[in-house]
Amino acid sequence: MKYRRAGIVASILLLATYGPVIADVLPDDRADILYHLYDGGGVTIDGPSILVRKKVGKSISFVANYYVDMISSASIDVVTTASPYTEERQQKSIGMDYLRGNTTMSISVTNSEESDFTSDSYSFSVSQGMFGDLTTLTLAYSLGKDEVRRSDDDTFVREADRQFYSVGLTQIMTRNLIMGMNVETITDEGFLNNPYRTVRYVDSSNPIGYSYEAELYPNTRTSTAIGIKARYYLPYRAAIQGEYRFFTDTWGILSHTGAISYTHPWGAWTFTGKYRHYTQGQADFYSDLFPRSEATNFRGRDKELSKFVSQNFRLQASYAFLQDGWGFVDKGTVNLIYDQLLIDYDNFRDLTTGALVGEEPAYRLDAGVYQLFISFWF
Amino acid sequence: MKATLIFRLLLPILLLAGLSACGPIEPWVKPYERDRLADPIMSLDLDPVSTAYMQHVFEAREGARGGEGSAGGGCGCN
Repeated sequence: MKYRRAGIVASILLLATYGPVIADVLPDDRADILYHLYDGGGVTIDGPSILVRKKVGKSISFVANYYVDMISSASIDVVTTASPYTEERQQKSIGMDYLRGNTTMSISVTNSEESDFTSDSYSFSVSQGMFGDLTTLTLAYSLGKDEVRRSDDDTFVREADRQFYSVGLTQIMTRNLIMGMNVETITDEGFLNNPYRTVRYVDSSNPIGYSYEAELYPNTRTSTAIGIKARYYLPYRAAIQGEYRFFTDTWGILSHTGAISYTHPWGAWTFTGKYRHYTQGQADFYSDLFPRSEATNFRGRDKELSKFVSQNFRLQASYAFLQDGWGFVDKGTVNLIYDQLLIDYDNFRDLTTGALVGEEPAYRLDAGVYQLFISFWF
Repeated sequence: MKATLIFRLLLPILLLAGLSACGPIEPWVKPYERDRLADPIMSLDLDPVSTAYMQHVFEAREGARGGEGSAGGGCGCN
Protein backbone atom coordinates (compact mmCIF):
# COMPACT_ATOMS: atom_id res chain seq x y z
CA MET A 1 0.00 0.00 0.00
CA LYS A 2 2.79 2.37 0.82
CA TYR A 3 4.35 1.58 -2.53
CA ARG A 4 1.12 2.48 -4.26
CA ARG A 5 0.70 5.85 -2.59
CA ALA A 6 4.26 6.77 -3.43
CA GLY A 7 3.45 6.41 -7.10
CA ILE A 8 0.77 9.04 -6.84
CA VAL A 9 3.06 11.53 -5.11
CA ALA A 10 5.72 11.07 -7.76
CA SER A 11 3.19 11.43 -10.55
CA ILE A 12 1.93 14.73 -9.19
CA LEU A 13 5.50 15.97 -9.19
CA LEU A 14 5.92 14.80 -12.75
CA LEU A 15 2.92 16.62 -14.15
CA ALA A 16 2.48 19.58 -11.86
CA THR A 17 5.53 20.79 -10.01
CA TYR A 18 7.90 19.81 -12.76
CA GLY A 19 5.54 21.11 -15.41
CA PRO A 20 6.78 24.39 -16.79
CA VAL A 21 10.42 24.65 -17.79
CA ILE A 22 10.31 28.42 -17.90
CA ALA A 23 7.41 30.44 -16.55
CA ASP A 24 6.93 32.35 -19.80
CA VAL A 25 7.83 29.54 -22.24
CA LEU A 26 5.90 26.30 -22.61
CA PRO A 27 7.84 23.03 -22.14
CA ASP A 28 9.34 21.40 -25.24
CA ASP A 29 7.36 18.82 -27.18
CA ARG A 30 8.80 15.43 -26.31
CA ALA A 31 8.08 11.73 -25.96
CA ASP A 32 9.72 9.33 -23.49
CA ILE A 33 9.46 5.56 -23.47
CA LEU A 34 10.96 4.02 -20.34
CA TYR A 35 11.37 0.47 -19.06
CA HIS A 36 12.06 0.14 -15.35
CA LEU A 37 13.16 -2.81 -13.26
CA TYR A 38 13.59 -3.00 -9.49
CA ASP A 39 15.16 -6.16 -8.10
CA GLY A 40 16.01 -6.64 -4.44
CA GLY A 41 14.87 -7.99 -1.09
CA GLY A 42 12.80 -10.73 -2.74
CA VAL A 43 10.81 -8.19 -4.74
CA THR A 44 10.81 -7.73 -8.49
CA ILE A 45 8.92 -4.81 -10.02
CA ASP A 46 9.07 -3.87 -13.66
CA GLY A 47 7.01 -2.21 -16.35
CA PRO A 48 6.86 0.69 -18.78
CA SER A 49 6.34 4.42 -18.38
CA ILE A 50 5.37 6.44 -21.44
CA LEU A 51 5.13 10.20 -21.50
CA VAL A 52 4.06 12.45 -24.39
CA ARG A 53 4.00 16.23 -24.29
CA LYS A 54 2.69 18.33 -27.19
CA LYS A 55 1.94 21.99 -27.73
CA VAL A 56 -1.29 23.07 -29.38
CA GLY A 57 -0.98 26.62 -30.62
CA LYS A 58 1.29 29.05 -28.78
CA SER A 59 -0.27 29.03 -25.35
CA ILE A 60 -1.36 25.48 -24.54
CA SER A 61 0.63 22.29 -23.96
CA PHE A 62 -0.85 18.88 -23.20
CA VAL A 63 0.93 16.06 -21.37
CA ALA A 64 -0.05 12.44 -20.77
CA ASN A 65 1.67 9.63 -18.88
CA TYR A 66 0.95 5.90 -18.70
CA TYR A 67 2.80 3.91 -16.07
CA VAL A 68 2.70 0.25 -15.04
CA ASP A 69 4.15 -1.62 -12.05
CA MET A 70 4.14 -5.41 -12.34
CA ILE A 71 4.98 -6.63 -8.86
CA SER A 72 6.19 -10.05 -7.77
CA SER A 73 6.76 -9.94 -4.03
CA ALA A 74 8.35 -12.31 -1.58
CA SER A 75 9.72 -9.49 0.58
CA ILE A 76 10.88 -9.88 4.18
CA ASP A 77 7.44 -8.67 5.34
CA VAL A 78 5.67 -11.17 3.12
CA VAL A 79 7.76 -14.25 3.83
CA THR A 80 7.48 -13.80 7.60
CA THR A 81 3.75 -13.05 7.84
CA ALA A 82 1.98 -13.98 4.57
CA SER A 83 2.34 -15.63 1.17
CA PRO A 84 4.21 -14.35 -1.88
CA TYR A 85 1.94 -12.54 -4.34
CA THR A 86 1.85 -10.91 -7.74
CA GLU A 87 0.07 -7.66 -8.46
CA GLU A 88 -0.24 -5.07 -11.19
CA ARG A 89 -0.75 -1.34 -10.84
CA GLN A 90 -1.70 0.93 -13.72
CA GLN A 91 -1.44 4.68 -13.49
CA LYS A 92 -2.76 7.17 -16.03
CA SER A 93 -2.23 10.91 -15.94
CA ILE A 94 -3.22 13.79 -18.19
CA GLY A 95 -2.39 17.45 -17.78
CA MET A 96 -2.45 20.80 -19.50
CA ASP A 97 -0.31 23.93 -19.25
CA TYR A 98 -1.73 27.32 -20.22
CA LEU A 99 0.67 30.20 -20.84
CA ARG A 100 -0.42 33.81 -20.46
CA GLY A 101 2.24 36.50 -20.31
CA ASN A 102 4.83 35.52 -17.71
CA THR A 103 2.45 33.10 -16.04
CA THR A 104 1.95 29.39 -16.65
CA MET A 105 -1.08 27.66 -15.16
CA SER A 106 -1.13 23.86 -15.03
CA ILE A 107 -3.79 21.31 -14.21
CA SER A 108 -3.52 17.53 -14.12
CA VAL A 109 -5.57 14.49 -13.19
CA THR A 110 -4.12 11.11 -12.17
CA ASN A 111 -5.79 7.75 -11.66
CA SER A 112 -4.09 4.68 -10.18
CA GLU A 113 -5.79 1.29 -10.19
CA GLU A 114 -5.04 -2.13 -8.84
CA SER A 115 -7.19 -4.98 -7.62
CA ASP A 116 -7.51 -3.69 -4.06
CA PHE A 117 -6.63 -0.01 -4.31
CA THR A 118 -7.86 3.02 -6.25
CA SER A 119 -6.45 6.51 -6.10
CA ASP A 120 -7.46 9.71 -7.90
CA SER A 121 -5.53 12.98 -7.73
CA TYR A 122 -6.29 16.47 -9.00
CA SER A 123 -3.53 19.07 -9.23
CA PHE A 124 -3.28 22.77 -9.97
CA SER A 125 -0.20 24.98 -10.11
CA VAL A 126 0.77 28.51 -11.12
CA SER A 127 4.28 29.59 -12.13
CA GLN A 128 5.35 33.20 -12.44
CA GLY A 129 8.59 34.47 -13.94
CA MET A 130 10.05 37.56 -12.26
CA PHE A 131 13.05 39.89 -12.32
CA GLY A 132 13.91 39.40 -15.97
CA ASP A 133 13.33 35.65 -15.67
CA LEU A 134 16.02 35.31 -13.03
CA THR A 135 13.39 34.01 -10.64
CA THR A 136 10.51 31.59 -11.11
CA LEU A 137 7.96 31.17 -8.34
CA THR A 138 5.56 28.20 -8.40
CA LEU A 139 2.56 27.58 -6.16
CA ALA A 140 0.94 24.15 -6.36
CA TYR A 141 -2.02 22.40 -4.77
CA SER A 142 -3.18 18.79 -5.15
CA LEU A 143 -6.05 16.80 -3.76
CA GLY A 144 -5.83 13.00 -3.58
CA LYS A 145 -8.61 10.55 -2.78
CA ASP A 146 -7.83 6.89 -2.03
CA GLU A 147 -10.05 3.86 -1.71
CA VAL A 148 -8.42 0.97 0.16
CA ARG A 149 -9.83 -2.56 -0.15
CA ARG A 150 -8.82 -6.11 0.81
CA SER A 151 -8.51 -8.90 -1.70
CA ASP A 152 -9.77 -11.45 0.87
CA ASP A 153 -12.75 -9.43 2.17
CA ASP A 154 -15.24 -7.86 -0.25
CA THR A 155 -16.90 -5.89 2.56
CA PHE A 156 -13.68 -4.08 3.53
CA VAL A 157 -13.60 -0.56 2.05
CA ARG A 158 -11.79 2.40 3.63
CA GLU A 159 -11.03 5.89 2.38
CA ALA A 160 -8.24 8.41 2.77
CA ASP A 161 -7.82 12.00 1.56
CA ARG A 162 -4.55 13.81 0.94
CA GLN A 163 -3.80 17.45 0.25
CA PHE A 164 -0.50 18.80 -1.08
CA TYR A 165 0.62 22.42 -0.69
CA SER A 166 3.84 23.37 -2.41
CA VAL A 167 5.88 26.53 -2.93
CA GLY A 168 8.85 26.38 -5.27
CA LEU A 169 11.48 28.91 -6.20
CA THR A 170 14.13 28.67 -8.90
CA GLN A 171 16.79 31.34 -8.90
CA ILE A 172 19.61 32.13 -11.30
CA MET A 173 22.43 33.17 -8.98
CA THR A 174 25.27 33.78 -11.43
CA ARG A 175 25.96 32.91 -15.07
CA ASN A 176 27.29 29.55 -13.80
CA LEU A 177 24.99 28.79 -10.87
CA ILE A 178 21.29 28.03 -10.56
CA MET A 179 19.44 27.10 -7.38
CA GLY A 180 16.03 25.63 -6.65
CA MET A 181 14.07 25.46 -3.42
CA ASN A 182 10.84 23.69 -2.62
CA VAL A 183 8.69 23.68 0.52
CA GLU A 184 5.92 21.12 0.58
CA THR A 185 3.33 20.28 3.21
CA ILE A 186 1.19 17.17 2.83
CA THR A 187 -1.80 16.33 5.02
CA ASP A 188 -3.46 12.92 5.15
CA GLU A 189 -6.75 11.96 6.75
CA GLY A 190 -8.46 8.59 6.79
CA PHE A 191 -7.27 4.98 6.67
CA LEU A 192 -3.50 5.36 6.35
CA ASN A 193 -2.09 1.95 7.20
CA ASN A 194 -1.73 -1.13 5.06
CA PRO A 195 -4.70 -3.46 5.66
CA TYR A 196 -2.50 -6.55 5.32
CA ARG A 197 0.44 -5.64 7.51
CA THR A 198 0.88 -6.68 11.12
CA VAL A 199 2.98 -5.96 14.19
CA ARG A 200 4.55 -8.63 16.37
CA TYR A 201 4.37 -8.79 20.15
CA VAL A 202 5.83 -11.01 22.86
CA ASP A 203 3.57 -14.01 23.40
CA SER A 204 4.90 -16.71 25.73
CA SER A 205 1.95 -18.97 24.86
CA ASN A 206 3.24 -19.22 21.28
CA PRO A 207 6.12 -21.73 20.84
CA ILE A 208 8.11 -19.25 18.72
CA GLY A 209 7.81 -16.62 21.48
CA TYR A 210 5.78 -14.02 19.63
CA SER A 211 2.53 -13.51 17.73
CA TYR A 212 1.13 -11.02 15.23
CA GLU A 213 -1.80 -8.61 15.28
CA ALA A 214 -3.04 -5.96 12.86
CA GLU A 215 -1.11 -2.71 12.76
CA LEU A 216 -2.97 0.48 13.62
CA TYR A 217 -1.84 3.90 12.39
CA PRO A 218 -3.20 7.30 13.42
CA ASN A 219 -5.94 8.59 11.10
CA THR A 220 -4.11 11.83 10.37
CA ARG A 221 -0.62 12.78 9.28
CA THR A 222 0.94 16.11 8.36
CA SER A 223 4.43 16.34 6.93
CA THR A 224 6.66 19.19 5.86
CA ALA A 225 9.68 18.91 3.61
CA ILE A 226 12.13 21.62 2.62
CA GLY A 227 14.43 20.82 -0.28
CA ILE A 228 17.20 22.87 -1.84
CA LYS A 229 19.44 22.10 -4.79
CA ALA A 230 22.21 23.99 -6.55
CA ARG A 231 23.83 23.22 -9.93
CA TYR A 232 27.11 24.73 -11.03
CA TYR A 233 28.65 24.88 -14.51
CA LEU A 234 32.31 23.91 -14.43
CA PRO A 235 34.79 25.72 -16.72
CA TYR A 236 35.44 22.69 -18.98
CA ARG A 237 31.73 22.05 -19.78
CA ALA A 238 30.62 19.77 -17.02
CA ALA A 239 28.16 20.25 -14.17
CA ILE A 240 28.13 19.46 -10.48
CA GLN A 241 24.98 19.43 -8.34
CA GLY A 242 24.37 19.37 -4.60
CA GLU A 243 21.04 18.69 -2.90
CA TYR A 244 19.70 18.71 0.64
CA ARG A 245 16.25 17.99 2.06
CA PHE A 246 14.91 18.24 5.59
CA PHE A 247 11.75 16.34 6.47
CA THR A 248 9.57 16.16 9.57
CA ASP A 249 6.06 14.92 10.27
CA THR A 250 3.49 14.52 13.04
CA TRP A 251 4.29 10.81 13.38
CA GLY A 252 7.71 11.70 14.75
CA ILE A 253 9.73 10.82 11.65
CA LEU A 254 12.63 13.21 11.03
CA SER A 255 14.96 12.74 8.10
CA HIS A 256 17.84 14.31 6.22
CA THR A 257 18.65 13.68 2.56
CA GLY A 258 21.86 14.80 0.90
CA ALA A 259 23.09 14.12 -2.63
CA ILE A 260 25.90 15.12 -4.93
CA SER A 261 26.15 14.42 -8.65
CA TYR A 262 28.55 15.09 -11.50
CA THR A 263 27.65 15.27 -15.21
CA HIS A 264 30.30 15.04 -17.93
CA PRO A 265 29.57 15.21 -21.68
CA TRP A 266 31.95 13.46 -24.08
CA GLY A 267 31.06 13.81 -27.74
CA ALA A 268 27.55 12.48 -28.25
CA TRP A 269 27.69 10.81 -24.83
CA THR A 270 26.82 12.26 -21.45
CA PHE A 271 27.84 10.44 -18.27
CA THR A 272 26.47 11.10 -14.80
CA GLY A 273 27.49 9.73 -11.41
CA LYS A 274 25.52 10.38 -8.24
CA TYR A 275 25.68 9.54 -4.55
CA ARG A 276 22.64 9.99 -2.31
CA HIS A 277 22.61 9.58 1.48
CA TYR A 278 19.40 9.38 3.50
CA THR A 279 18.92 9.01 7.26
CA GLN A 280 15.70 8.83 9.22
CA GLY A 281 14.53 8.41 12.80
CA GLN A 282 11.66 6.09 13.64
CA ALA A 283 7.96 6.96 13.98
CA ASP A 284 6.70 7.39 17.54
CA PHE A 285 4.49 4.30 17.30
CA TYR A 286 7.03 2.01 15.61
CA SER A 287 8.41 -1.03 17.36
CA ASP A 288 9.98 -4.20 16.03
CA LEU A 289 8.62 -6.16 19.00
CA PHE A 290 5.84 -4.85 21.24
CA PRO A 291 5.88 -6.11 24.86
CA ARG A 292 2.28 -7.43 24.67
CA SER A 293 -0.85 -7.38 22.54
CA GLU A 294 -2.36 -3.90 22.02
CA ALA A 295 0.48 -2.43 24.07
CA THR A 296 0.01 1.06 22.60
CA ASN A 297 -2.85 3.07 21.09
CA PHE A 298 -1.12 3.12 17.69
CA ARG A 299 1.36 0.56 16.46
CA GLY A 300 3.29 -0.20 13.33
CA ARG A 301 6.14 -2.48 12.26
CA ASP A 302 6.61 -1.28 8.70
CA LYS A 303 10.32 -1.03 8.07
CA GLU A 304 9.67 2.29 6.29
CA LEU A 305 8.77 3.71 9.73
CA SER A 306 11.88 2.40 11.48
CA LYS A 307 15.26 4.03 12.00
CA PHE A 308 17.66 3.42 9.12
CA VAL A 309 20.32 4.74 6.76
CA SER A 310 19.87 4.46 3.00
CA GLN A 311 22.62 4.90 0.42
CA ASN A 312 22.22 5.13 -3.33
CA PHE A 313 24.94 4.97 -5.97
CA ARG A 314 24.04 5.90 -9.56
CA LEU A 315 25.70 5.58 -12.95
CA GLN A 316 24.00 6.98 -16.04
CA ALA A 317 25.03 7.00 -19.69
CA SER A 318 23.11 8.93 -22.35
CA TYR A 319 23.74 8.88 -26.08
CA ALA A 320 22.38 11.65 -28.32
CA PHE A 321 21.34 10.72 -31.85
CA LEU A 322 19.55 12.43 -34.74
CA GLN A 323 21.20 15.64 -33.61
CA ASP A 324 20.53 17.18 -37.02
CA GLY A 325 16.89 16.09 -36.94
CA TRP A 326 15.00 13.53 -38.99
CA GLY A 327 11.50 14.15 -40.30
CA PHE A 328 9.47 15.76 -37.53
CA VAL A 329 12.00 14.64 -34.88
CA ASP A 330 14.45 17.34 -33.76
CA LYS A 331 16.73 15.07 -31.72
CA GLY A 332 16.74 11.97 -29.58
CA THR A 333 18.59 10.34 -26.69
CA VAL A 334 18.88 6.79 -25.45
CA ASN A 335 19.64 6.39 -21.76
CA LEU A 336 20.74 3.64 -19.41
CA ILE A 337 20.68 4.19 -15.65
CA TYR A 338 21.78 1.83 -12.89
CA ASP A 339 21.11 2.58 -9.23
CA GLN A 340 22.46 0.52 -6.34
CA LEU A 341 20.27 0.92 -3.25
CA LEU A 342 21.58 -0.15 0.18
CA ILE A 343 19.43 0.24 3.28
CA ASP A 344 20.79 -0.64 6.72
CA TYR A 345 17.96 -0.87 9.22
CA ASP A 346 18.75 -0.06 12.81
CA ASN A 347 15.77 -1.65 14.59
CA PHE A 348 13.92 -3.72 12.01
CA ARG A 349 15.01 -7.29 12.60
CA ASP A 350 15.40 -10.16 10.17
CA LEU A 351 13.11 -12.91 11.52
CA THR A 352 14.22 -15.45 8.94
CA THR A 353 17.49 -16.10 10.84
CA GLY A 354 15.84 -18.06 13.66
CA ALA A 355 17.77 -16.20 16.36
CA LEU A 356 16.41 -15.60 19.87
CA VAL A 357 13.32 -13.40 20.04
CA GLY A 358 14.33 -9.76 20.12
CA GLU A 359 17.96 -10.58 19.35
CA GLU A 360 17.65 -11.23 15.62
CA PRO A 361 20.17 -9.34 13.46
CA ALA A 362 19.04 -6.09 11.84
CA TYR A 363 17.73 -6.44 8.30
CA ARG A 364 19.66 -5.12 5.30
CA LEU A 365 18.20 -4.41 1.87
CA ASP A 366 20.39 -4.54 -1.22
CA ALA A 367 18.58 -3.72 -4.46
CA GLY A 368 19.41 -2.88 -8.06
CA VAL A 369 17.28 -0.43 -10.03
CA TYR A 370 17.58 -0.36 -13.82
CA GLN A 371 16.12 2.16 -16.27
CA LEU A 372 16.37 2.05 -20.03
CA PHE A 373 14.60 4.81 -21.91
CA ILE A 374 14.52 6.64 -25.17
CA SER A 375 13.52 10.29 -25.53
CA PHE A 376 12.50 12.25 -28.63
CA TRP A 377 12.08 15.99 -28.97
CA PHE A 378 9.93 17.18 -31.86
CA MET B 1 10.57 22.86 18.29
CA LYS B 2 10.10 21.65 14.70
CA ALA B 3 8.12 24.77 13.79
CA THR B 4 10.96 26.90 15.15
CA LEU B 5 13.48 25.04 13.04
CA ILE B 6 11.40 25.47 9.89
CA PHE B 7 11.01 29.18 10.68
CA ARG B 8 14.78 29.54 11.05
CA LEU B 9 15.31 27.91 7.67
CA LEU B 10 12.75 30.15 6.00
CA LEU B 11 13.82 33.39 7.69
CA PRO B 12 16.67 34.29 5.27
CA ILE B 13 14.33 33.83 2.32
CA LEU B 14 11.63 35.98 3.89
CA LEU B 15 14.19 38.69 4.60
CA LEU B 16 15.42 38.54 1.00
CA ALA B 17 11.85 38.81 -0.26
CA GLY B 18 11.29 41.79 2.02
CA LEU B 19 14.39 43.56 0.73
CA SER B 20 13.25 43.03 -2.83
CA ALA B 21 10.25 45.24 -2.13
CA CYS B 22 12.51 48.25 -1.54
CA GLY B 23 12.99 48.96 -5.23
CA PRO B 24 13.11 47.47 -8.70
CA ILE B 25 15.65 44.68 -9.16
CA GLU B 26 17.80 44.81 -12.26
CA PRO B 27 18.61 41.34 -13.63
CA TRP B 28 22.25 40.84 -12.64
CA VAL B 29 22.65 38.01 -15.16
CA LYS B 30 21.69 39.42 -18.55
CA PRO B 31 19.89 37.23 -21.10
CA TYR B 32 22.99 37.14 -23.32
CA GLU B 33 25.01 35.82 -20.35
CA ARG B 34 22.85 32.71 -19.89
CA ASP B 35 24.36 30.50 -22.56
CA ARG B 36 25.93 28.15 -20.02
CA LEU B 37 22.71 27.90 -18.03
CA ALA B 38 20.86 27.01 -21.25
CA ASP B 39 23.18 24.04 -21.84
CA PRO B 40 21.18 20.81 -21.32
CA ILE B 41 23.78 19.58 -18.82
CA MET B 42 22.63 22.43 -16.53
CA SER B 43 19.04 21.21 -16.35
CA LEU B 44 17.91 20.45 -12.79
CA ASP B 45 15.65 17.79 -14.29
CA LEU B 46 16.44 16.76 -17.85
CA ASP B 47 14.62 13.40 -17.63
CA PRO B 48 11.26 13.98 -15.88
CA VAL B 49 9.98 10.43 -16.42
CA SER B 50 13.10 8.95 -14.84
CA THR B 51 13.06 11.46 -11.98
CA ALA B 52 9.43 10.68 -11.15
CA TYR B 53 10.18 6.96 -11.22
CA MET B 54 13.13 7.22 -8.81
CA GLN B 55 11.11 9.43 -6.44
CA HIS B 56 8.50 6.68 -6.52
CA VAL B 57 11.18 4.12 -5.62
CA PHE B 58 12.48 6.20 -2.72
CA GLU B 59 9.06 7.21 -1.37
CA ALA B 60 8.01 3.56 -1.28
CA ARG B 61 10.98 2.68 0.96
CA GLU B 62 11.51 5.79 3.04
CA GLY B 63 9.33 7.68 5.49
CA ALA B 64 10.00 11.07 3.92
CA ARG B 65 8.02 12.49 1.01
CA GLY B 66 7.79 15.76 -0.93
CA GLY B 67 10.12 18.72 -1.11
CA GLU B 68 11.93 17.37 -4.16
CA GLY B 69 10.12 19.36 -6.81
CA SER B 70 11.75 22.04 -8.84
CA ALA B 71 9.91 25.20 -9.61
CA GLY B 72 10.76 25.65 -13.24
CA GLY B 73 13.80 27.53 -14.42
CA GLY B 74 14.85 30.87 -15.71
CA CYS B 75 16.65 29.64 -18.78
CA GLY B 76 15.62 26.16 -19.80
CA CYS B 77 16.95 25.20 -16.41
CA ASN B 78 14.18 23.25 -14.75
